[in-house]
Amino acid sequence: MAKVAIRFLLNGSEKAEFVESGTTLLDVLREKLADFSPKGGCLQGTCGACSVLVDGEIRLACLTLAETCEGCTIETAGGLAKDGVLHPLQIAFADGFATQCGFCTGGMIVASKALLDRNPAPSREDVIEAISGNVCRCTGYEPIIGAVLAAARANSTNKA
Amino acid sequence: MSVTLETFTDIAAAAAALAAPGAAYLGGGSLLVRRANEGDVALTHYVRLADPALRAIEVCPGRVRIGAGVTMGEILRHPGLDFLGTAARLIGGPAIRNAATVGGNLYARAPYGDFAVALLALDAVVHLGGRSGERDVPVEDFLAKRGTAFAKAIVTAVSFAVPANGTFRFIKASRVRPKGLSVVTIAAVLDTRGGLISFARIALGCLADRPMRARAAETALIGRAQTPEGIAPALALALEGTTPITDAVASGWYRGAVLPVHLGRLLLADA
Ligand SMILES: Cc1cc2nc3c(=O)[nH]c(=O)nc-3n(C[C@H](O)[C@H](O)[C@H](O)COP(=O)(O)OP(=O)(O)OC[C@H]3O[C@@H](n4cnc5c(N)ncnc54)[C@H](O)[C@@H]3O)c2cc1C
Ligand code: FES
Ligand code: FES
Repeated sequence: MAKVAIRFLLNGSEKAEFVESGTTLLDVLREKLADFSPKGGCLQGTCGACSVLVDGEIRLACLTLAETCEGCTIETAGGLAKDGVLHPLQIAFADGFATQCGFCTGGMIVASKALLDRNPAPSREDVIEAISGNVCRCTGYEPIIGAVLAAARANSTNKA
Repeated sequence: MSVTLETFTDIAAAAAALAAPGAAYLGGGSLLVRRANEGDVALTHYVRLADPALRAIEVCPGRVRIGAGVTMGEILRHPGLDFLGTAARLIGGPAIRNAATVGGNLYARAPYGDFAVALLALDAVVHLGGRSGERDVPVEDFLAKRGTAFAKAIVTAVSFAVPANGTFRFIKASRVRPKGLSVVTIAAVLDTRGGLISFARIALGCLADRPMRARAAETALIGRAQTPEGIAPALALALEGTTPITDAVASGWYRGAVLPVHLGRLLLADA
């Protein structure tokens, strides 16, 4: 099977791998780079558990070929905490009981980060739209919506 | 068995690779990579064209050209394409919109293909490239032959005349909000003169195996008032020529039953 070389920046550190052509980004992240924060839920684009940011845009790692990410900047939920300090979204999810089994959480946090990076003061409707591609079987969504709004408020208080 | 990817910069070379059995053109991959993940053994390699022209959006006075590789997310963010915002926004969630291309949407089977419904109402031209050179095909002909003559074509762009301000309308009825698959999708260009409808082009999604025009309804609207009474004859003809699809989202019967309701709402939205 043909192997191809790929390079990208994952959560700030340079990565270079030889992968089989046609491998998805999800397989490379999990199986080659041991970043288990994106999950393989459906592999069909419907659950959002595999959500990552590619050059700042939310993408589904299960439907994205690793080779199409050559030279890109990739961010996952696994890279959000810095020097042992959780990201405001992670704190808000934990404080707001927005995570139960945790399977959707990485994707939910990435989808929420994609929103807050563009829109630091979102409305409830903006949050619902931003996480509309992510399925949660546990929380009933309300705690997640609340956590994203709380993280946005915390961010603005910190900046004030 | 994994599916391998071949990337080309030359369209003729890409077209030659695409002609091989088991090859499929890779757009954003939201449907194609899913096929591979589902284990479709008929798919053996992806063919991709890395040409910046495919990612270009040109908005000239009167006409728009959108590269086949442009995504719904890019359309949504483009200031010159505001009128297409409603259509692009209703396709999948944010992550799907960042993958879903215009070219892929033209091939997407119902209940997908909402953007193709919009393109049909806009009477777009589909630009094809390949070994035998450039070719332009009206979107309606393209959709009719997308599974046969154009199954292995490479769509490079679509283009269409910009509809007069406020004349383009789009509605997608779905059971889940804000992201849901289509029960019916309707796009229309509707113009009035002196209080009467002077122009109507209506395209329907999920009412056949591909987006289709509602020609009988279009004709019945001309010269009529934009009122519930004025549009009633057109609504009565809305189902003419349709064969609504049955799937997990809705039965064909249900789709047929709700079509006139949604078409009525669309036509009277600002009346
Ligand atoms: C969870 C989910 C939700 C979705 N929701 C919607 C929705 O609401 N509305 C909707 O319309 N669609 C929806 N889709 C379907 C799909 O995302 C879109 O139709 C999208 O536009 C397909 O484009 P793509 O670039 O991802 O296509 P791909 O998956 O790359 O390709 C699809 C097909 O088109 C062919 N193709 C792609 N580009 C070209 C080209 N330039 N020339 C020739 N052939 C080409 C491919 O060979 C393949 O056969 C959804 C999909 C998923 C997984
Ligand atoms: S695993 Fe990618 S969307 Fe479900
Ligand atoms: S916390 Fe279990 S799926 Fe969301």
